[in-house]
Amino acid sequence: MINTDDIEQKAGEQQPSARPDAAELQAAGERQPEGQNAFVRSVVDKTYEYGFTTDVETEVIDRGLTEDTVRLISQKKGEPDWLLEFRLKAFRYWLTQEQPTWGHLKMPEIDYQAISYYADPTAKKKSGPKSLEEIDPELMKTFDKLGIPLEERLALSGTAVDAVMDSVSVKTTFREKLAEQGIIFCSISEAVREHPELVRKYLGSVVPYRDNFFAALNSAVFSDGSFVYIPKGVRCPMELSTYFRINAQGTGQFERTLIVCDEDAYVSYLEGCTAPMRDENQLHAAIVEIVVEARAEVKYSTVQNWYPGDKDGRGGVLNLVTKRGLLRGQDSKLSWTQVETGSAITWKYPSCVLAGEGSQAEFYSVAVTNNHQQADTGTKMIHLAPRTRSTIISKGISAGRSQNSYRGLVRVAAKAEGARNYSSCDSLLLSSACGAHTFPYMDVQNPTAVVEHEATTSKISEDQLFYCQQRGIPQEEAVGLIVNGYAKDVLQKLPMEFAVEAQKLLSVSLEGTVG
Amino acid sequence: MLEIKNLHATVGGKEILKGIDLTIKPGEIHALMGQNGAGKSTLSNVLVGHPAYTVTEGSVLFNGKDLLAMSPDERAHEGLFLSFQQPVEIPGVSMVNFMRAALNAKRKYQGLDPLDATAFLKLMRERRKIVELDGKLANRSVNEGFSGGEKKRNEIFQMAMLEPTMCILDETDSGLDVDALRIVAEGFNKLRTPETSAIVITHYQRLLDYLKPDFVHVLLGGRIVKTGGPELAMEIEQRGFDWIKTLPSSSI
Repeated sequence: MINTDDIEQKAGEQQPSARPDAAELQAAGERQPEGQNAFVRSVVDKTYEYGFTTDVETEVIDRGLTEDTVRLISQKKGEPDWLLEFRLKAFRYWLTQEQPTWGHLKMPEIDYQAISYYADPTAKKKSGPKSLEEIDPELMKTFDKLGIPLEERLALSGTAVDAVMDSVSVKTTFREKLAEQGIIFCSISEAVREHPELVRKYLGSVVPYRDNFFAALNSAVFSDGSFVYIPKGVRCPMELSTYFRINAQGTGQFERTLIVCDEDAYVSYLEGCTAPMRDENQLHAAIVEIVVEARAEVKYSTVQNWYPGDKDGRGGVLNLVTKRGLLRGQDSKLSWTQVETGSAITWKYPSCVLAGEGSQAEFYSVAVTNNHQQADTGTKMIHLAPRTRSTIISKGISAGRSQNSYRGLVRVAAKAEGARNYSSCDSLLLSSACGAHTFPYMDVQNPTAVVEHEATTSKISEDQLFYCQQRGIPQEEAVGLIVNGYAKDVLQKLPMEFAVEAQKLLSVSLEGTVG
Repeated sequence: MLEIKNLHATVGGKEILKGIDLTIKPGEIHALMGQNGAGKSTLSNVLVGHPAYTVTEGSVLFNGKDLLAMSPDERAHEGLFLSFQQPVEIPGVSMVNFMRAALNAKRKYQGLDPLDATAFLKLMRERRKIVELDGKLANRSVNEGFSGGEKKRNEIFQMAMLEPTMCILDETDSGLDVDALRIVAEGFNKLRTPETSAIVITHYQRLLDYLKPDFVHVLLGGRIVKTGGPELAMEIEQRGFDWIKTLPSSSI
């Protein structure tokens, strides 16, 4: 087994503090014809469809973060001692760390003592819901409204869902059906109770709590998220998905997801997220760990639509996430696909450690920023073994006054004979006040490796827009069409139902942004 | 159906059109000839409402409505179609999605429900054949990787889908070999109804042999300096434009 601590996975530390200006493709400040600016002003109000709140009795612990808070969370979840120890070690480490500042982000000051670290909307039922009948109808309604019915007969065909609100998993569908094939799909809290040996073996094995500031924080206070185990040789017959919803005010969400795909197994996993509109920033600091054994394959897709803040940049979710997969076995495969349209700030680098010989990793990303949103997102591909291959396709789309950065690291270790990487990073600018930046880092220690990087920056072309309009397609629809075309390489990697949603989301996020 | 009066227009602050007068009745084909820079493409761009062009004087009525007050997409819905000189590529947007968006936008404007997928695909298959456009093109991105000839055929195909009443063909013949020209021109003729009018911008007689214009206009320095029948195009083919420049203005 690879100890990830040894390979310097410290996201916060390995990024050079000085930005490589030569690699930075900044393209801002060009003037657009007056007519289009007027158009933008008239329609720039973007609507966020999921901004409602749910009125449900929620048990929220007192604000603030001390060792007692950590103990309280662990106690509420009835955790074994080893897990409390894990949390406490993480907490003590976190206390010694500073929040990283290397992102191309203007981060508001986060007062970690002003946040509540645990909010349970199911608290009314003391023991937690055992069947659907016991779930608070308000919660059922909420997920219905989000398009995530919790009744199995109403579910999207072929998709099992773990629905998480604030700190607690409300319901996981199709558990029994999946269990028939030995597949474990449940909330991580339940996994700790029912499969402690598996959780203990893998928790923190890909993202150690020392990884970075936010990883340490999450490891100390994480609440719910999903646990997936696919046994040897099993092809998971359904799409597994987790829907994250932040509801309670003044709380943070600290999702923790762990996916283990054993030898020759396969799973496709989807993640979606939304939050109510609030004037204050809300903190979401998550960890996702994935372990892929020999010849196994994991596809992980995210459609991130956290509340982005209003058009003046008030409120919105701070999305500070560490996601990493360990391709442990020979010829294993992992593919990250993300469509990032929400959040006031996104700080997120779903990464792959290619430790198994011949393993293959992919990262496909569309990141859309509008108004005052800021995104600093990308990936790390760490090639440790021979014949490993990775592909990075990143599409940034910036509008309004937003800042959109791609940050990526390709590292090839000395032993990674014949490793290959191909990276392509494109930026599309929809306004003259936004910024697009590319920060590629490469560290190649093996002379037989082939590492390619391509980057382009373009503005949405007036001729393309006009061509659409001449055919009768209104300007706003034309922007959606062109942007979806631009992002197609990534969108077509998403499972079908998700792809349709993502397409709509891209169009909505960019309503009235040409200027 | 189209009434252009004293039309002046600028691009980048420079006046290109200096008083165009032109009336086109239903079913008429008008050829527009003239040297490069005379204002032919400017006229077509102004008519379809390209944002880079500014109208400084004059009026244009289309079926009695003020064309210049409409947005480009409204003009399209009213029946105006431009076959672009250089059709632009839109990567990642399939012809199917593009045409579906266009056709359904028009249907919405007309108060009709969108066409369902089956009916739409059937229509696409039918109309494609008119310009002998390969079925595979329907799944490719708009104009991406199309040859020059394919792009022009694709323009006429879109015309077939949208059924405009007033077509502007801006050098649709340029870059076409003899066979492609025949396919494009015959395709256009098949689509024509007795009500369909057209402005045909061209440098060559070849296209006009197929389209048989009712009138031929010569544009020079942003004005129409000479108007005649089909024989004028023949004369230009033989003599060029220089003899027109030397004519006394009274003969215009």
